[in-house]
Amino acid sequence: MSTLEEKTHELAAGWTRRHLLDLEGLTAEEIVTLLDTADLFAAHYRASRGKLGLLSGRTVANLFFENSTRTRNSFSLAAKRLGADTIEFSSAGSSLAKGETFIDTAKTIQAMGADAVVTRHATPGTSHLLAQHLACSVLNAGDGPHEHPTQGLLDILTIRQQRGRIEGATVALVGDIAHSRTARSNIWGLKKLGAHVIVCGPATLVSRQWEQLGIEVAYSLDAILPRCDVLNLLRIQFERQAMRPFPSVREYALLYAMNAERIRRSKPDILIMAPGPINRGVEITPDVADGPHSVILQQVSNGIAVRMAALWLLLSGADPHAPSADPAQGGGEA
Amino acid sequence: MTSESWLIEGGRLVSPEDGLDRIGRLLLVDGCIAAIDPADGDLPADVLRVDATDCIVAPGLVDIGTDLGEPGREEDETIETGTAAALAGGFTSIACSASTDPPIDTPAGVEFVRQKAARANRCRVYVIGCVSKGRAGEELAEIGSLVEAGAIALSDSPKPLYNTALLRRALEYCLMFDRPIIDMPEVPSLTRGGVMHEGLTQLVLALAPMPAEAEDLATSRDLRLLETTGGRLHLSSISTSGSVELVRRSKARDTVVTVGIPIANLCFCDEQMRSFDASLKVNPPLRSRDHIDACLEAVADGTIDVISAGHQPRSLEKKMQELDAVPFGMTTLDTVLAQAHTFLVRSGRLDWPRLIQCLSTAPARILGIEGGRLAVGAPADVLVFEPGQRWTVSPETLCSRSCNTPLLGQELEGRVTHVWVGGEKKLR
Repeated sequence: MSTLEEKTHELAAGWTRRHLLDLEGLTAEEIVTLLDTADLFAAHYRASRGKLGLLSGRTVANLFFENSTRTRNSFSLAAKRLGADTIEFSSAGSSLAKGETFIDTAKTIQAMGADAVVTRHATPGTSHLLAQHLACSVLNAGDGPHEHPTQGLLDILTIRQQRGRIEGATVALVGDIAHSRTARSNIWGLKKLGAHVIVCGPATLVSRQWEQLGIEVAYSLDAILPRCDVLNLLRIQFERQAMRPFPSVREYALLYAMNAERIRRSKPDILIMAPGPINRGVEITPDVADGPHSVILQQVSNGIAVRMAALWLLLSGADPHAPSADPAQGGGEA
Repeated sequence: MTSESWLIEGGRLVSPEDGLDRIGRLLLVDGCIAAIDPADGDLPADVLRVDATDCIVAPGLVDIGTDLGEPGREEDETIETGTAAALAGGFTSIACSASTDPPIDTPAGVEFVRQKAARANRCRVYVIGCVSKGRAGEELAEIGSLVEAGAIALSDSPKPLYNTALLRRALEYCLMFDRPIIDMPEVPSLTRGGVMHEGLTQLVLALAPMPAEAEDLATSRDLRLLETTGGRLHLSSISTSGSVELVRRSKARDTVVTVGIPIANLCFCDEQMRSFDASLKVNPPLRSRDHIDACLEAVADGTIDVISAGHQPRSLEKKMQELDAVPFGMTTLDTVLAQAHTFLVRSGRLDWPRLIQCLSTAPARILGIEGGRLAVGAPADVLVFEPGQRWTVSPETLCSRSCNTPLLGQELEGRVTHVWVGGEKKLR
């Protein structure tokens, strides 16, 4: 057995959760286990580009009720690099058009033998609901504006790789906090690991109530800029709001776009992150997106490692589809 | 009328309107309350006895705005199952809402419900007619004809009367009939697409918000209109500290507004939405602690007149959808009194006389019907409630056709054991 496999089994030994629904409910230790496991997978891939057989014979289903290309492909690739089979399902052209409820759709996918369902939906709580109705593992790949735990984890992993630690870092989430699942997952994960979190954006998109949870609220990016170690630039989710939250994109860019001039007023080692898709010229200018402070592409590759870690930890325990009902034989790889 | 006579003995008689709160005996003869504490010599020879020791004996409960589902949403509830649930919960009179399909905006609609209710032969069923044609909120329904057919009140609830001109006209027009207009105060443009109360929990869960001021603004508007028009207005569901304060001030100026609050808004809070339990999606939304405390205070001091069931049964397939798509509503008729006892009386927030006032006496007076009291000559609409009986809420223990309640699997303290409607024993 390789040392990698030994280490991954070691990390999985203390893991008890069947689902990954949010970061709010995880302990700091669990988050660190996820990050450590992801680091192992990331290092392995950099060194050998080889596939692993850890989840061979297992099936991971992508069940996406909302558009996605990057997260869906990232999860598929993560499953494949662990040796799992994948099922792809999207709401377009599916039975949803025939009036089936999403719970029934998920049950159908489960009946095809899925060990894990990766789900995205426009409504908060949807993955929690599926977890109540399905016997297999559920991974939340975004439930409306609520949470997107693997996005939070990959952002935090990227910061940890760059800075060595999360504790003590000042991280500003900039932009559409109200409609951002990335913001919520980052907030919980970063807080638990000891970072100072600032939410910054137009008052129509940043509630003062975040202060009650120990988060700093700022309307002026320029005022907080000199204190920040990390900026995570969130996209404005026009599709989630009936009324425009600010007068124009031009005005938003004037107040919040990260450009070369603002980089000059930042700390010399500031990290610029964006969960993507990025809107060049809105929240970030091209020179900054492609510049030396940007870790946007590192985020993307970390995404695969984090999703491998999540799939591995959730599925390393008992196999719900194991043929034997005898618990002594049903332990899977354990 | 029934020929059976009943003697309910050993129980605690609670009737706030009659200043009654003591252990006593209640005699029911010929459909009426014949005597309180009758002498043994005055009892009919064939009197049937019910031992109510350690129990509450109270006037049957009265509900304003019960959703009975029929016609049009028989998958949720029927008049048959809804009245069975009402009896199980201790209700002897319910005024069903006009939110049927088609809505009750014609005399034929009123007649349909009355006939179905007569066939079910359980509790008394009164009918609320629509304020507007088709419940569309645009033009007045034929209110005179509806009243003539037996409509006891007029309402488009659970849809707010958002058209201010229509509400003003309706209040004026109803001056001719002495029937209350019932409104559910809400500014729809502030709550459109909303799922839960706007606040800290909502911020974290990122569910679409329903801000408190959407209710406050509509309450304020309604009260102001009433000052101009006069007439009778009942606000069926207020749930915010802001509304409570507005109503308190309005009542101090002697307006004749009455207000109610659904039981769910007193027993559950917004933090429970963390479970994403679809049965907690109600309108008005479950509020935060500070609002609930203000409402409980208002119930205790009389600012809030009525605790309503707010019964809105929804079939399982409707509640099994994502929260955005789930319709508002909670099934409550079966559990109201046990719920009030478990959550409000035992914690000392309400006493029995005030609870009976809010669940029976006040709604009866607002509807202008008999009942709501234990007085000689009053109709024998009576319930016996055993506070010591524990039971677990499950689809099997509910008479309603739907089981969309967050209480499923929970144990409640106290259960209605007997109900008489017009002297006829309808439960147990």
